[in-house]
Amino acid sequence: MRFFGFRGGVHPPENKLQTENMPVEKLAAPKMLYISLLQHIGSPLDPIVAIGDKVLKGQKIADSQAFLTSPIHSPVSGTVKKIEEHVFPLMGRIKTIMIENDGEETWAELPKIENWEKADKKDLLAMIREKGIVGIGGASFPTHVKLNPPADVKIDTLLLNGAECEPYLNSDNRLMLEHPETIIEGIKIIKKVLGVETAIIGIEENKPEAIASMKKAAEGTGIEIAPLKTKYPQGGEKQLIKAVLDREVPSGKLPSAVGVVVQNTGTAAAIYEGLVKGTPLIEKIVTVSGKAIANPKNIKIAIGTPFSYILDKCGINRDAMDKLVMGGPMMGMAQFSEEAPVIKGTSGLLALTKEETNPYKPKACIGCGKCIGACPMLLEPIMFARLAAFEQWEEIGKYNLMDCIECGSCAYICPSNRPLTEAIKIGKSKLRAMKK
Amino acid sequence: MTNILKMGPSPHIRTSETVEKVMYDVIISLIPAFLVAVYVFGIRAFIVTSVAILSCIVTEFVCQKVMGQDISVFDGSAILTGILFSFVIPVNMALIYVIIGSIVSIALGKMVFGGLGHNIFNPALVGRAFVQASWPVAITTFSLDGKAGATVLDVMKRGLPLDGALLEGGNQYVQAFVGRMGGCLGETSALALLIGGIYLIYRGQIDWKMPTLIIGTVFVLTWAMGGDPVMHILSGGLFLGAFYMATDMVTSPYTPKGKIIFALGLGLLISLIRMKGGYPEGVAYSILIMNGIVPLINRYTAPKKFGEVKSNEK
Repeated sequence: MRFFGFRGGVHPPENKLQTENMPVEKLAAPKMLYISLLQHIGSPLDPIVAIGDKVLKGQKIADSQAFLTSPIHSPVSGTVKKIEEHVFPLMGRIKTIMIENDGEETWAELPKIENWEKADKKDLLAMIREKGIVGIGGASFPTHVKLNPPADVKIDTLLLNGAECEPYLNSDNRLMLEHPETIIEGIKIIKKVLGVETAIIGIEENKPEAIASMKKAAEGTGIEIAPLKTKYPQGGEKQLIKAVLDREVPSGKLPSAVGVVVQNTGTAAAIYEGLVKGTPLIEKIVTVSGKAIANPKNIKIAIGTPFSYILDKCGINRDAMDKLVMGGPMMGMAQFSEEAPVIKGTSGLLALTKEETNPYKPKACIGCGKCIGACPMLLEPIMFARLAAFEQWEEIGKYNLMDCIECGSCAYICPSNRPLTEAIKIGKSKLRAMKK
Repeated sequence: MTNILKMGPSPHIRTSETVEKVMYDVIISLIPAFLVAVYVFGIRAFIVTSVAILSCIVTEFVCQKVMGQDISVFDGSAILTGILFSFVIPVNMALIYVIIGSIVSIALGKMVFGGLGHNIFNPALVGRAFVQASWPVAITTFSLDGKAGATVLDVMKRGLPLDGALLEGGNQYVQAFVGRMGGCLGETSALALLIGGIYLIYRGQIDWKMPTLIIGTVFVLTWAMGGDPVMHILSGGLFLGAFYMATDMVTSPYTPKGKIIFALGLGLLISLIRMKGGYPEGVAYSILIMNGIVPLINRYTAPKKFGEVKSNEK
């Protein structure tokens, strides 16, 4: 399998050793679950249960007629206590259904499609939506929409993202080691839905056992494994497509423009679990790490579990914690409250100390150009920071700001610690507002 | 409500590189050249460099106070400017000129533009250009082992044999390479400067293509124009300029293609001034001229973006 690589990128310290050999530990759900009503890219959902209702495990509790939505299910059996605004890990507060766990773990009726080979593509997509499956990689795009490109778009390759390029994280890694067959079965289902022959799983070389595990599980299926040189952000879908297939997604377009659909390996497994076993997306594998955690581990935890519960179970040292990050350290969200709950996009929870965050008072830009060398989209971050400082939003658009994938490589490598990601995010919102 | 945790945009980790580390790396790389300077020119070299460093630090302190900026005189950049300024003047230049030149380097070469990162011209060379315009005789009075004389470049310019130049006995090229020759304080030893340059390349602070292209271009062009290419690259401030001045991040292009154009332009200008122009030495003026063109170079050498759609394809 040829490897083409991609230009740019950085090499932050991996910090995966702490959890890469720890098998996923199932953590019991807490007493109260907080189900946020927006756990996907798209519009928020409406609750379909009321306060006082009894709910069963796996029962749908929120849905919407809007196109870009994915329903949410209760991860436990219990009673709906409140439906009101609550802390949300993607900033601010959002309407949340609060369920009191009765500890019984009583399942709802779970429809499934065991014979998916015989099923219609339409029915498979409908079931994928019904099970609340969104991209497990973190962006949480509704999967049934991604796997249903417009009729005039020709797809020839399915790429599976097993790169897990963010430091600290091991959730995809452990899934590939412990349940590779669920991923392979899920890939087969996706292949049928998309109508493609070629499926390739990209895995970074820092996970040699995962590569071996997936190779073994894929024997005889025609699914290829492509080892990738370890470099951040190899897991960015455009970088993945470039590295494995040597195709460059044109500026402003989607991977479907070059005939490719990318899915996280965890999403494939979730599709298998949802369709064949009937289990909707109600649990996540999360890597809990960072030096402020005494017992870093990989856990399987119910969606809606507050971060504080998880931190206490893993031996958090709150005095040592400088930042609490959901996700990886390069693109994750710093949390303002431990009460924020796990959502479908949570793959990591990091309690980072000052030693790891390495704060440094920003100095003037010295024009070293290291940001330009680091950018995987080959942009000029140096200009983003300078133009944003002078609020030159029209000019900033000319530097292809909208192509930025917000990977953070530029800000990571800057010796002066310039506020690059801030400049980029503000610049993008200004450009979007200007377009309207 | 529990206390609010520390927020901030991603990334939440960063490299261990800092501005200070970059500056001090360059300072360390100049130690070999400094040691050669003391060996060849005596204790006076140490005094001149120390006076320059001190003057630069004090000037930056005063400017930052007046401008209301945070005091950052020990971030390494003022010290570096002091060292580089002292390296491009003759060792016997009057100390008062050294002090004034240092003040000009910092105040007019850097602070008046806004401080670190904002200047267009290489500060040490701005200081040198000022001294050259104000005291042209003092800046071209060289000596070696107590006796005054002309530098190798001077002698080559006038078409005279190298025996008349300030050069220790023995193989002329070896002496020029090692640094036992007349010239400015820190520019004589190509060997010591090369050692420092390799250190900087190894540390990732400079791109190897820049100095290689500059030196290579000067070699080829001076040869083509009838000069002694080996003596040309070993004398004058060429190695100093190629490894330490042209590579200054603030005043050189930040795009990869831009750096190459900058290097080629420098090689061309240096060769032209030395072979055809009025001065025997052209490195300082060439760098200052190219510094001025850098914003233009940056604008026209933007890297090709990922997935860039050509305008006629849209």
